[in-house]
Parts: sequence; C-alpha cells; structure tokens
Amino acid sequence: MSHIKIELRKEDVDFINRVCESFNNDPQELINVLHACQEHFGYLPAEIQEVVSEELNIPVAKIYGVVTFYSFFTMTPKGKHPISICLGTACYVRGAEKVLDEFKKELGIQVGESTEDNKFSLSSLRCVGACGLAPVVLVGDKTYGRVAPDDVKNILKEYDL
Amino acid sequence: METIKLTIDNKEIDVPKGTTIYKAAKELGIDIPTLCYMDLHDMNIENKPAGCRICVAEVSGRRNLAPTCSTNCEQGMVVKTHTPRVLNARRTVMEFILSDHPKDCLICAKSGNCELQAMAHRLGIREIPGTEYAEVSTYREDTSPSIIRDLDKCIMCRRCEMMCNEVQTVGALSAVNRGFMATVAPAFEQNLEHSTCTYCGQCVAVCPTGALTEVNHVPSVLRALVDPSKTVVVQTAPAVRVALGEEFGLEPGTIVTGKMTAALRALGFDYVFDTDFAADLTIMEEGTEFLERLTRYLKGDKNARIPILTSCCPGWVNFFEHYFPDLKDVPSTAKSPQQMFGAIAKTYFADKIGVNRKDMVVVSIMPCLAKKYECQRDEFSVDGNPDVDFSISTRELANFIKQANIDISNLHDEEFDSPLGESTGAGVIFGATGGVIEAACRTAYELYTGKKLQRLDFTELRGMEGVRSATIDFDGLPLNIGIAHGLGNARKLLNDVRSGKSQFHAIEVMACPGGCIGGGGQPLLHGNSEILKARATAIYEEDRKKPLRKSHENPFIIKLYEEFLGKPNSEKAHHLLHTHYFNKQSKVIIKQ
Repeated sequence: MSHIKIELRKEDVDFINRVCESFNNDPQELINVLHACQEHFGYLPAEIQEVVSEELNIPVAKIYGVVTFYSFFTMTPKGKHPISICLGTACYVRGAEKVLDEFKKELGIQVGESTEDNKFSLSSLRCVGACGLAPVVLVGDKTYGRVAPDDVKNILKEYDL
Repeated sequence: METIKLTIDNKEIDVPKGTTIYKAAKELGIDIPTLCYMDLHDMNIENKPAGCRICVAEVSGRRNLAPTCSTNCEQGMVVKTHTPRVLNARRTVMEFILSDHPKDCLICAKSGNCELQAMAHRLGIREIPGTEYAEVSTYREDTSPSIIRDLDKCIMCRRCEMMCNEVQTVGALSAVNRGFMATVAPAFEQNLEHSTCTYCGQCVAVCPTGALTEVNHVPSVLRALVDPSKTVVVQTAPAVRVALGEEFGLEPGTIVTGKMTAALRALGFDYVFDTDFAADLTIMEEGTEFLERLTRYLKGDKNARIPILTSCCPGWVNFFEHYFPDLKDVPSTAKSPQQMFGAIAKTYFADKIGVNRKDMVVVSIMPCLAKKYECQRDEFSVDGNPDVDFSISTRELANFIKQANIDISNLHDEEFDSPLGESTGAGVIFGATGGVIEAACRTAYELYTGKKLQRLDFTELRGMEGVRSATIDFDGLPLNIGIAHGLGNARKLLNDVRSGKSQFHAIEVMACPGGCIGGGGQPLLHGNSEILKARATAIYEEDRKKPLRKSHENPFIIKLYEEFLGKPNSEKAHHLLHTHYFNKQSKVIIKQ
C-alpha cells in the first residue's frame, strides 16, 4: 500500500500492538482484535487495519474483507453523538423510515456518514429489544421512544451547546 | 480407512470416509455441474466455498438440497443428481447468477472460453426472468499494467482469492463487502497497482468468467507491424511452443516450435528470434555470478551471499520486493531472459543491422502476465525507450494468428532467424520448474570443475513437487540445490533464508505452479493438471532433441561475448544484462 500516507501516533500503534498481544497475536482472534480497536478509536481506518495486518500476519485485503462484511465495523469515524435509528420490523411498520429520512434531511448526511463538524453520525440498526417503544432512536447511550418525524428537530436541539 | 457405501443416481459406490458427494459421483462417471469448485489435487488445495449452488443434489433424509462439492458422503446415503426438483433449483440459481451479470457475451474477452457461458449453454438457459427490472451491480474497472479487473462479471466463485492467498500467499485479493456489492478486491478496493499483487496472473488463469483478463497488446503490435519505419523483432519464450498448439485443438504437449515460427513470420515480424538465446545468456551471467559468490563464500568471505536465488521470473521478483526486501541482495542481479533479449536486440543487433533503437520494436511472446509489467519497469528503458516494447501472452498470440487467417496445422516448420534465434537445450528447459537451475548446473559444473559433464539430465531436479531439493556433486563439492514453484512454496524457502536456517547454495524460484508452462498467460487449464504434465514432458523432449544442450557451448553466445560483451559479468555485461531491486514493502509511518 505504498502510496497511502499512513500516519499514526506512536501511542496508537502501541495500543494496537497491546491489543494483538492480549490475543496472543492469533490470526483467529481477528474479529476480537478489531472489536477492541474500534471500541478504542471509534472506527477502523486503513491505517489501523495495516498495523493489525502486520501484527496478526493476515493480508490487509482479508482484514478489509472482514471490516466490510460485518455491519458493526465502520471505517468512518462516528460523530460525538452517534445517532442510531432502529429499522427492525416493529419500528419499521410504525414509521421508522420517515424518522430516518427526517434525520438525513436535518443533518444533510446519509446512513454511515458523519456531519462535517463530526458532531453527529447516522446509522441504522435492527431491533434494540424495545419494540414497545417503537419507533426507537438512540443518541449515544440515550434512548428515545415513539419518535415521530416532528420530534427530530427537538432531539437534535438537546445537543446544542 | 473406513469405507462408506452410498447410492448416487441408482448406482452403488464405496468411497473412503471424507469423500465428497461430488467426487464420488465423478468416480461413477456422473459429471455434476459446478461453477465455483476447483480441485488442485497436486497441491492438496480445493476451492469449495459452496458459493455458486449449481452442484446441488437431493440427499435422502435431508430437507434441503445439498451442495455436493462440500457435502461428505455418509453410510447408506441415497443421492439423486437430476430430479425435477434439482434441475429446477439449478436452473433458478443459474438464472439468479445471470440476472446480475452483464449480457455482453458477444464482445467479452472471455467469450468462447467462459465457464459461465458454457454453463448457461449446458443448462439450456434461454431467458432470464425479471431482467427488465433487475439492475446489474456495477463496479469501478481497474486496469493494471498486466491485468484488467472487470468485476461486473465476477460471480464470487472466489477461485482467484484461493490462488492469491492459499497457493501464492500474495494476499492481494480478498472477498469484500456483502450482498450485491460483494466482490473480490485488493485492500480498501484500491487498484491492483497499489496492492501487493505480483502480476503472476494465476487469478486470471482460474477465473471462470471475463472478470479477470490480461491487458491486450495485440493492437499495439499490429500497429508496429504495419508501420514501414519500424523493424519489428519478436522473441518467444520456451513455454509458449509446448502450449500454443492447444489453442488450435492439438493434443496437450504437442511441440509447435516450427509452426509457431512460421506463423510469426507470416504475421509480418521482420526477425523471428528466440528467448531461449537470452536464456543461454542468462546462464552465462547468472552462472558466473554464482560461481564468483560461491568461491568467495568457500574462502570464508562473510560478505558473499549464499544461497543465490534465480531472478528470471518477474512475478517472483515482485514477490520478494514486496515481502522480503531485506533479502534483496540475495537474488542474482541478472536480468530475466526477456529483458536480456531486449537489451541485446536494441544494442548489439540494432547496430549490426544499422537500425536506430527508436525504430526497432521488440515484441515478446510470453506464457506470463507479469512480463507485461516487467517490460514497463523504468529501469528497463533507455531515454524512455523500453528494451522490450510489448509483451503478449500465448493466448493473445493464438488469437492474433486466428485473426490473421493462418491455419497453424497447415504450416510447414520453419527455423528461427540468426543470430538471436540460436539456442541450446539448456535454454529450452527454462520453461519448466527446475529447468533454470538444471541449465545453470550444466554450465557451472563445467566452468567450476574444468571437466566435461558425463550426464546432462539432472533428473533429480525435475518433477512437480512444490518444494524440491537435491545435492549435486561438483567433483567432490556437494552443492545443495533448492527449487520452489508457486509463491507459497517460495515463501517457505525464503523464510529459511531469512532465519539463517537455509542449507542451500542456490535456489530456483518460479512464481507459477509448474513453472512458466503453468504461467498466467498460457491456454487455460480449467483445473486439468494433466495438461501441465504433458507440457513439461514436451519441454524435456525439446531439450533432448537439441544438438547442443549446454548454454556455454552456444556458438552465437560465444560470438556475442567475443564481438560485444567481452566476458560474462564484464562492465558492459553488467550495464546491459544486470539490474537492481527495490523495496516495495509498505511501512506504517509513525508520527513522532
């Protein structure tokens, strides 16, 4: 990957190395390593995958394959306040898609993207186990139930500082 | 071993435990169709992702149809491979695959040699329901110096991924994404050029569709041939002559050297030469370098790097530049025969016939796709003029000959032109794994011992084992030789060299399984390794028929040194015939 300018801070590389070591640098533990890295960094940019590739001795193409296969992994940084809209069956039939569209419109981003100021990011998920509250929206750790498109502006306002 | 008895299509069979239904059926002569399955039994590698679902069959006691390529036989199993339910499912699966596949068969590079097309024909598909409202997923096309990736045509059989990762351990390709966007790509879906790809072309050699094909240089060659201001010189690699015939329906292993020469002349090449000449030259340079290093090593010189590694294979060169750059002073500095030929053609020969190098076009016919990349490397050109202008594969040549209305079977054998068409048997065997080191031994032995070699056939160096070794007696000096073909095998030997465990004095490496005869530019094997063996047999037969079989006895090589180069490894020889290597390893840059 000679043409990518890979720049990581030394402590970041050390962190990844420690994570890999904690899994005995076992290639079979790739998914656990990626989980730990994403939890720490918030996302899995190419640079991190390169370091993991070297440590676990797995071709970086294979790692990229895993990262793009599982929807949990992301290569774009999450916003300060990650927004997740449940599109599970219950939420969907109660209008979750319209709520999602409203978020897209208000933030000007698509699912999987972050706002330019990195304040919000948008993702969809399948069922959070709170179907009684459908449609459900998560912002960070906070859960909003029975969300209607009209509520979207107010939810976002809560994060104005 | 435990035996399993089962019934397939009302026929009983006993098979060892662990046999798949697909293989058991094959033994009964039942040819279950499949698209993704590929058996490389010589390498003990099987591609059976059960991805295409074409090979399904009805199995007693199971609710669902079973993919036979990856379902093991069980005691008393009753399998039916052509019930209406199976045929219906197979057809539906095929229709689904085709619904997400371009319908431009007429103009596809793979047309006529495409396994998907053949399967559609075999299953008698006449319509694809829903095509009018189904979108075909599209991807960015990627053209590298050697390989074109047109992933719209990918059916996710993942054979290329198997070749790239398991056989070659190059790791450039992986399955990425999911659903309709699933495809096989380098990391971060970058171009091949920015991956660890070696251009060995083994992915192209196994691709069942037109998703992976070679860059076609025939139009450029044609333009050069019709340009009256150009003198067009062609060189043909040893492995081409034992495989080209297959494209014209001849038996695998048919030697068509004379007919190929006649065809090239009929196509309009001004001089039809032989890469085998340059192979002899390679032996002179590489052999001399080896003996020089060996002598220093035996005298205790710590700086003399032993083992020496061969350097004729551009896929292999790319591989160690990516993965073993710390060892880049270990391979011989000798250029490959293709590049040696170009360097001599555009200096010595151009001077001889009074042609400016800018007016000479050197074309190579190669069993290889990496050669296309190799001839474009900056260090192999003079003031922007490449030593070798175009490299075309065996497959491209066959197509070119067909386009020119030439029926190769009706041609009378012709001889190569002189002087760059004269070669020995040592040059010929470069085409098979172990051949380069055997050729080197024939010359090095006589130069080192000063004695005449009694036995020319070093059969201990031949064969199809992935990693081989032999000890050759150099008149009391036991010389340990290692051979690897397939880059995964090369990696094993290289790891030993890196860790200091290697006991070898010299190692030959070829990127492709079987050596150049199994190159990425050869007629497609479609998984039949018997063809590879037939080509190898033909290579050694061609060698046996040659009156001269040692490179240093080639009178035109002797003359080349007398008239032009001086002696092997002279300053001039170094300038024209040797090269250097680069570190292509990606390094993580750390912000301090």
